[in-house]
Amino acid sequence: MAGILSLTTFLPLVGVAAILLLRLSGKPDDARTVSGAKWIALATTLATLAMSVAVVAKFDPAQSGFQFLEDADWFAGLHYRMGVDGISVLFVLLTAFLMPLCVVASWKSIEKRVLEYMIAFLVLETLVIGVFCALDLILFYLFFEGQLIPMFLIIGIWGGKNRIYAAFKFFLYTLLGSVLMLAAILGMILIAHTSSIPELMAFKFAPAVQTWMWLAFFASFAVKMPMWPVHTWLPDAHVEAPTAGSVILAGILLKMGGYGFMRFSLPMFPNASAQFAPLVFALSVIAIVYTSLVAFRQTDIKKLIAYSSVAHMGFVTMGIFSGNLQGEQGALFQMLSHGLISGALFLCVGVVYDRMHTREIAFYGGLVNRMPWYAAVFMLFTMGNVGLPGTSGFVGEILTMTGVYGASTWTALIAATGVILSAVYALTLYRRVVFGQMTNPALGSITDLEQREVLIFLPLIIGTLVLGVQPNLVFNLTNASVDHLVAAFNAAAGK
Amino acid sequence: MLNDAFALAGPEIILGAGALVLLVLGAFLGRGPVFSLAAVAVLAAAAVDAVMGPMGRAFSGGLVADPISTFAKVAIYAASAVAIPLGDAWMVKRGTARFEFPVLVVLAALGMGMMASAGDLISLYIGIELHSLALYILAAFQRDDAKSSEAGLKYFVLGALSSGLLLYGASLIYGFAGSTRFEVIAQVVQAHAGAGVLFGLVFLICGLAFKVSAAPFHMWTPDVYEGAPTPIVGFFAGAPKIAAMVLLARVLTEGFGGAIEQWRQVLSLIALASVAVGAFAGLAQKNLKRLWAYSSIANIGYALVGLAAGGQAGVQSMLMFMVLYTIDVTGFFACLAALNRDGKPMETMDDMAGLMKQRPGLALAMTAFSLSALGLPPFSGFFAKFYVFKAAIGAGGYMPAVAVAALVGSVVAAFYYLRLIKVMWLDEAPGATEAPAGGARVVAYSAALFALPVVLVALKGLDLLSLAAAAGLGLH
Repeated sequence: MAGILSLTTFLPLVGVAAILLLRLSGKPDDARTVSGAKWIALATTLATLAMSVAVVAKFDPAQSGFQFLEDADWFAGLHYRMGVDGISVLFVLLTAFLMPLCVVASWKSIEKRVLEYMIAFLVLETLVIGVFCALDLILFYLFFEGQLIPMFLIIGIWGGKNRIYAAFKFFLYTLLGSVLMLAAILGMILIAHTSSIPELMAFKFAPAVQTWMWLAFFASFAVKMPMWPVHTWLPDAHVEAPTAGSVILAGILLKMGGYGFMRFSLPMFPNASAQFAPLVFALSVIAIVYTSLVAFRQTDIKKLIAYSSVAHMGFVTMGIFSGNLQGEQGALFQMLSHGLISGALFLCVGVVYDRMHTREIAFYGGLVNRMPWYAAVFMLFTMGNVGLPGTSGFVGEILTMTGVYGASTWTALIAATGVILSAVYALTLYRRVVFGQMTNPALGSITDLEQREVLIFLPLIIGTLVLGVQPNLVFNLTNASVDHLVAAFNAAAGK
Repeated sequence: MLNDAFALAGPEIILGAGALVLLVLGAFLGRGPVFSLAAVAVLAAAAVDAVMGPMGRAFSGGLVADPISTFAKVAIYAASAVAIPLGDAWMVKRGTARFEFPVLVVLAALGMGMMASAGDLISLYIGIELHSLALYILAAFQRDDAKSSEAGLKYFVLGALSSGLLLYGASLIYGFAGSTRFEVIAQVVQAHAGAGVLFGLVFLICGLAFKVSAAPFHMWTPDVYEGAPTPIVGFFAGAPKIAAMVLLARVLTEGFGGAIEQWRQVLSLIALASVAVGAFAGLAQKNLKRLWAYSSIANIGYALVGLAAGGQAGVQSMLMFMVLYTIDVTGFFACLAALNRDGKPMETMDDMAGLMKQRPGLALAMTAFSLSALGLPPFSGFFAKFYVFKAAIGAGGYMPAVAVAALVGSVVAAFYYLRLIKVMWLDEAPGATEAPAGGARVVAYSAALFALPVVLVALKGLDLLSLAAAAGLGLH
């Protein structure tokens, strides 16, 4: 099945072309054109989902290397290389899974410039899937940086009041990290005389070189993740972005940071990774404890969830740099589960925001009286966010903590307090929004979930519960690749 | 012998004779579409002759035809050919079209071609003066417009100053090396790079830095760009800078290859100063022509980083950068030239508000050019920067640090490109724009196509051509 990855990656662009044709044939603001664009976007994202399911179905989990390889000469010694292993195939599936939900979630809430919105999302999908499939450094960078443009527009055009500031902050923060990574990428190509990611994973850079390269990559991925103290762009971006934008941001874009650590930092710079692991641990636990406390103090629902994202990403970075099997698997699982849960939480915010056009926690209260179904759904994902056993959130947290316990007991100890803190802020949020008396008269007419919203939540609910009970579905897929990663890391780092 | 020499000078002869014939024809018959087409045909013929003609040196080494001069000439003639219909359409709309315009562009192209082929200090100076004089007149071409006249005068006075610096440097080099030919100078520098020769070289670099508008010799650029007719600015920002950069590469590599450590310091300093000035001063600009003047200052800084890296990789990166950047800048000014509101050209940031709703095609093209000039993948500007920074990091020493500093500078510059995009995409339009002229639109769209999808395919060919061009430098 050669070419299936390129097909999956570029399929959304076919949808873009179709929408452009529609635009040329009719009036842009015509109701039929607008609904046509929505259906095209939905059909394209569903087709991409089908393709990625096919990729996973044909994927051989017993192999640790890259599969579905594609390789074509490009220019100046660079190649167009695509391929997935157990780690990246997971993210391809996650991306393709969340995209149709985003399109449906935007069905009614996006009223202006719908065509451009759908085009931006489809382009974003191509670029994000490309990031996870690219096996050439420059190709990776192309996709990685390219997604700044559609995301800038999504926040900037369809965002809230302060959207311009948030869009600029998002763009400039990320760009600064990325240009340093670009310098390191060029250095690696010059030293190793190849830009192939599989070859570079086997290449042994001198320890002194590794330190610099690791720091440059860290600058980029730490911003993307985001890690404390470079996380400040995230709450702004989340608060201003439209609901679907937040879902993509939290669900997928943040994961590119973690993916980057596992794909580049750990295998290519093992010595530096081992050397800097204490730094990462320290930053991670600060993120977990500090941003949990900050989340507790928020008055805006979205901002609270944004800070909770930063805290949860702290578990991921901690797990990745623990360098053992539990840590890596836990980090991967945590990223996947956070993609589902935080995406769902942002959608929960979107549901009440669409109705009331405010995200102030104080505005709400007593929603359970009028929205029982909503209360149940919100409850499930709040519990997932807290890490209740039975939901996917639990598996990731327990594994990363087990993993890091082996590497640094203190880190695991402090991180464990984060679990309690997350219960404090998440349950408080839930109590203030859903329980209690409905005192605000404006809420008197609020309606429960409609069919379209149930359709969005259903796959996420199933995903969260199934993964919580049967995490092996994921581990079977990732085992071989993660085993290989851990073995190679420990051998190179001399453990 | 003499026949060979004239065969080598084929492109120059075609352009020179063509310009004279056109001048006479224009004086008697006046201008028209056919006249402009004839000028374009002359440029095309010169380009074909440059590619097909023999390689070597002629006129005692004064004129060189080698792969890099061919590469540069094709790019220069193509950029000049695009400028003719673009400028014509713009001036016809304003009722100021004159037959001298295509002739001046052909003469400028002749001068720029000579710069790319200069093998000694004399032909270097003749080439520079020939193209500069044509450009001074072109800047002041709207002769009833005070701003255009001011631009022409300013360009001329400061240009004359830089020519003086350049001549002073050339005479110092001649005095200490005993010859004007680059080959002989190279031998002297190889044996002993004395203070006199190096002093001359610094003056020479300063003069050329003025021509490519690198900081701290950039002062004229914003004023001239603002005052000169828009399509002519697009021409200014592309072809002449290719010519001057290739000339600089030839002087430094052929003549002063033995003193690379010395001139690398000067170039790195100028390059970083340009990036900083372009990035920070651009932040305060409201007029788009001034903004792109600063953007071009910053971008020349990147090209100089590539050249400072030296060697084949450095020269190749500079060639790739200049060609890809010329396409961006030509396209951007073609967009600007196409846009009018209430009979007035749209030149400020505020004018662009809501362009995405009114002229989605042109707004998309301008977005592509802005992101490309910023160097964001997947646009062509990214690949230009890819070459430059790869060469700089590969050069070792302090060059990787220069590369990182220049990269960080591009993040600062990102702010003003993003602001333009924000204004076009997010803001509301103050009024309707007039339907753009067809010619400018064609140029803008084809340049935009090259900024993204075409470049991904074309890179392979460009890479090989520029590599061959860079490899051939200094071998004859």
